[in-house]
Amino acid sequence: MQETVAGKTPAGVRLRPVNWLTVLFIGPFLFYVFAFLVLPSLRLLQQAFSGEHGFTFKYIAQLGQAQTVTAFVNSIILSSVSALVGLLIGGVLAYLILRPGAPRGLRSMVTSFSAVAANFAGVPLAFAFISTLGSLGLVTLWLKGLGINLYAQGFSLYSVTGLIVVYAYFQIPLMIIVITPAIEGLRGEWREAAENLGANQWVYWRHVGLPILLPSLMSAYILLFGNAFSAYATPYALTSGSLALVPVEISNVLSGNVMLSPQTGAALALGMIAVMVVIMLFYAIAARRAGRWMRR
Amino acid sequence: MNGALRMSWSGAAMLLLAGVYFVVPLIATGIFSFWEGGDHYGLSAYINLIHQRELWESLWTSLHLALETIAVTLVFLIPAVFWMHLKAKAFKPLFDVLSVLPFVVPPIALVAGLTALYTGPSWFVGTANFLVVPYVILALPYTYRALDVGMRSLDLKTLTEASQSLGAGWGTLILRVLVPNLTSALAGAALLTIAIVMGEFTFANVLLFNTFAVYINYIGQTSATEAAALTLLSFVITWLAMLGVLLTGRGQAQLGGAR
Repeated sequence: MQETVAGKTPAGVRLRPVNWLTVLFIGPFLFYVFAFLVLPSLRLLQQAFSGEHGFTFKYIAQLGQAQTVTAFVNSIILSSVSALVGLLIGGVLAYLILRPGAPRGLRSMVTSFSAVAANFAGVPLAFAFISTLGSLGLVTLWLKGLGINLYAQGFSLYSVTGLIVVYAYFQIPLMIIVITPAIEGLRGEWREAAENLGANQWVYWRHVGLPILLPSLMSAYILLFGNAFSAYATPYALTSGSLALVPVEISNVLSGNVMLSPQTGAALALGMIAVMVVIMLFYAIAARRAGRWMRR
Repeated sequence: MNGALRMSWSGAAMLLLAGVYFVVPLIATGIFSFWEGGDHYGLSAYINLIHQRELWESLWTSLHLALETIAVTLVFLIPAVFWMHLKAKAFKPLFDVLSVLPFVVPPIALVAGLTALYTGPSWFVGTANFLVVPYVILALPYTYRALDVGMRSLDLKTLTEASQSLGAGWGTLILRVLVPNLTSALAGAALLTIAIVMGEFTFANVLLFNTFAVYINYIGQTSATEAAALTLLSFVITWLAMLGVLLTGRGQAQLGGAR
């Protein structure tokens, strides 16, 4: 009834009461996000650019310091390599469990375990790996019994390499979760058509399968990168804040562990947001391209 | 045929290797939690833990923060998503963008911004309840998605018109018509929120509140075996929450927020 009235009268007449209800229903939510997500981010922007005498580039320039550059480099290496590990291993595992011949039970087991493992992160994950591959971890001691001394050979759980091993624990399952719909979207007809035209396994993947999956793989990679880049609890619990990573540096500033100003912390946080904005833009582009094939 | 067989062998080997990688840390943590030094294994880590008041306090803190987060989320989100679907489709793109913003602003950056912006009043900012503010934001991508998918599957227009023609107001409509129709979406959103909040460390650690994850980290500095026991407990909590998400139907158990 309301709709016919709205359709017949000029828009301005009906608009007022509807607007009022819209404000009532949607307003609180928008206010919440604005007050507790948008404003704090803008505050960082303002803080990073203001010194004692107003506007300044001083704190942004401090991002060029050796320590900060190391933190950004470490964070980016850690994120890109752990995302690559997740992409490759998770992708292959997802493909293996989704193949027509794969046992049914296996598939539901892997996907439900992935849901748990992708959410099992942070401090507990760090301690699980300390129990396993830490300097007194079970596997470390067991390998030592076999004559392989991991730590003498340069491996350390508390380094970037070690963190990559740990991050794989949530990156691989996450990859399996996000890539499954795309692999399921590969239609049997495409493979049959390719095979009828004489393609073998490799040619099919090279010219059909992978090009179709590429946008999905890209968006998955970007998601994994961002996932690792903003991780804080796992590296903090594992290295007690000693390994230079951007999130850890920010928390050191916030807790007053280092002689850096809050403005430097804000500049660091802003740097992180800048990286994430770029990442999410790429994500949006890749996801849109992926959507083209997913809709069918 | 031969090729297919060979593939399945290497495939099986890969799956097995991955299985080892994922299971061994859990087994190692399990064994480690029973270790009492030397060759002794027993329940002492668990027995010590049961008697620690701080453990129960931190668990309780995290649990009640999770419940508060769910409550605040639902109060702000249900009406907004409902109205967006019913009357204000134009807001859909904005909502979609807002719901991924928490990914763009990493938790550690958000906590820096929040502490710079809100310094009082101390009865709010000074208590653990303040954590609910960022937790709602942290869970937003998952809660919004769950509600959005849930509402999309309902014929909101018919439900609204039917209940209004029977004399229901907006409050009755939401509480007695909408919510019962959304139980599986709401349960999914709530369970994901619990999993996220129970494991959340960033905000609590920076703002110096003793939540479950902060307590595990603290115990880890003094007693590795007790930390292993708590790690297992934490895994069980995550597992139960995800099991709940899968059982309540919608299946899309996605990534959590506590890295």
